[in-house]
Amino acid sequence: MLSPESLAKIDKEIAKYPAGQKQSAVMAALRIAQDELGWLSSDTLEFVAGYLGMAPVAVYEVASFYNMYELAPVGKYKITVCTNLSCTLMGADSISAHLKSRLGIGFGETTADGRFTLKEGECMGACGDGPLFLVNNKRMCGCLSSEKVDQILAELK
Amino acid sequence: MANEVIFHSIHQPESWKLSSYLATGGYEMLKKVVTEKVPPEEIINQVKISALRGRGGAGFPTGLKWSFMPRHFQGDKYLVCNTDEGEPGTFKDRDIIRFNPHQLIEGMAIAAYTMGVKVGYNYIHGEIWEAYERFEEALEEARAAGFLGDNLFGTDFCFNLHAHQGYGAYVCGEETALLESIEGKKGQPRFKPPFPASFGLYGKPTTINNTETFASIPYIIRHGGQKFLELGKPNNGGTKIFSVSGHVNKPGNFEIGMGTPFAELLEMAGGVRSGHKLKAVIPGGSSVPVVPAEIMMDLTMDYDSIAKAGSMLGAGSVIVMDETVCMVKALERLSYFYFEESCGQCTPCREGTGWLYRVIHRIEHGQGRAEDLDLLANVTSNISGRTICALGDAAAMPVQGMLKHYRNEFEYHVEHKKCMV
Repeated sequence: MLSPESLAKIDKEIAKYPAGQKQSAVMAALRIAQDELGWLSSDTLEFVAGYLGMAPVAVYEVASFYNMYELAPVGKYKITVCTNLSCTLMGADSISAHLKSRLGIGFGETTADGRFTLKEGECMGACGDGPLFLVNNKRMCGCLSSEKVDQILAELK
Repeated sequence: MANEVIFHSIHQPESWKLSSYLATGGYEMLKKVVTEKVPPEEIINQVKISALRGRGGAGFPTGLKWSFMPRHFQGDKYLVCNTDEGEPGTFKDRDIIRFNPHQLIEGMAIAAYTMGVKVGYNYIHGEIWEAYERFEEALEEARAAGFLGDNLFGTDFCFNLHAHQGYGAYVCGEETALLESIEGKKGQPRFKPPFPASFGLYGKPTTINNTETFASIPYIIRHGGQKFLELGKPNNGGTKIFSVSGHVNKPGNFEIGMGTPFAELLEMAGGVRSGHKLKAVIPGGSSVPVVPAEIMMDLTMDYDSIAKAGSMLGAGSVIVMDETVCMVKALERLSYFYFEESCGQCTPCREGTGWLYRVIHRIEHGQGRAEDLDLLANVTSNISGRTICALGDAAAMPVQGMLKHYRNEFEYHVEHKKCMV
């Protein structure tokens, strides 16, 4: 189900916690699984549950509680735009509008070619760099202007 | 005294590297307390003298918190750092772990020595992956250099520290939700008591402090609590990092003495964006009541001054709004946030945050009713103080603050079905 590289990363996470507390690694295990597979299917959740010795429902509870996990397929690049107050004051509305028109989709939608998913996010703890978005939960792009957004989109092949 | 305690090396190239930290005397204080076996009571006493108060928002005296930990308890105990910074307007801890991670590690190690703890975790906000990776690298450097691990400096002191990444849940900034999250569960706050000092992570005694709090410790040990206190003002010791965002020319983090006038902080942030004038400020993150410009311009930035004005310093997260801001629209966005982030455990919060959002949404969209303002006040009073954690209060306070100071804008929206701004 998961590559040896991913399993090695999960093992490294398990080692952070006391013996008998493997469940503590579930958030990292789901993140690592999602990085490899793009999203978390019920098969993936069951695999993670088996690997950590947890009940599948306990893994599902975690996967559905934290909003950076994807329980349905998303595009190759998931762009999550912060639209909370600081970012909005600093221009998130126009960045969102620009993204929607460039990609031809709204929040919560994926382009027909499967390349982009656009999501609306909550505060990312980087308000000084607003307006900003996060690509695939990893790469934060801040101090955005329409031109900068165009440049970033061009890089995401 | 700007950048005196934490951001002192922020302008150095690669300030986050161990070599840069060592060049500024880094880890000397850890080595001193461990090898000279400085009595823990003495360290706690200095922290008490410093008047360091919890930088995560609650402002609880750190020395007092540390004294709650059962030092002679023989079983496992844990130390946890809260870097789960998700309160809108707050972005200081990200810069601490990006630019000075070793000072946080040293502060945690000194705290671990003081409270007799062997294992710690730093819980880092999910969305700041690059900062998380940098912190992991700093941990590796500290382990390799013998500042983390077993039998440090040839003594019997052991401290192992790990990073735990969150994955998108504001409520995990609440300390007991954060503990649940480290345990691999959904982050729902625990009923207190018991408090974490007796029943914390894995049911063991645990102390949880904010990133900036821990990062202040090496300075207090080096210079003494009195010097730290004097950087601020009585009962509000030290410098504080203020995160300034919104309608300013130069948003960013500014480490300045507690008690600095707000007007000076605003100037450091480049002032209100050109051609506009200040309307209002949310001085401590989205959860605290808004303060109108004319009141704010007379305040100093410390816990006591902001509290006197009916708001809170919180985590020092200053959201600046100019005259173009519609307060109904601003509050609609904040109320959506609390509705979205309520963990659903307590009925007053789960249902109440939905009511708040829906009522403010309809006012903003021209469908408000005459009785809606009283309804909002009623809903907030039915949430406040009736929930396990402070998220309910955090949802209610912005609404109460807006209705207190900008009721006329809400009334105008209801009556004219449009905005007055």
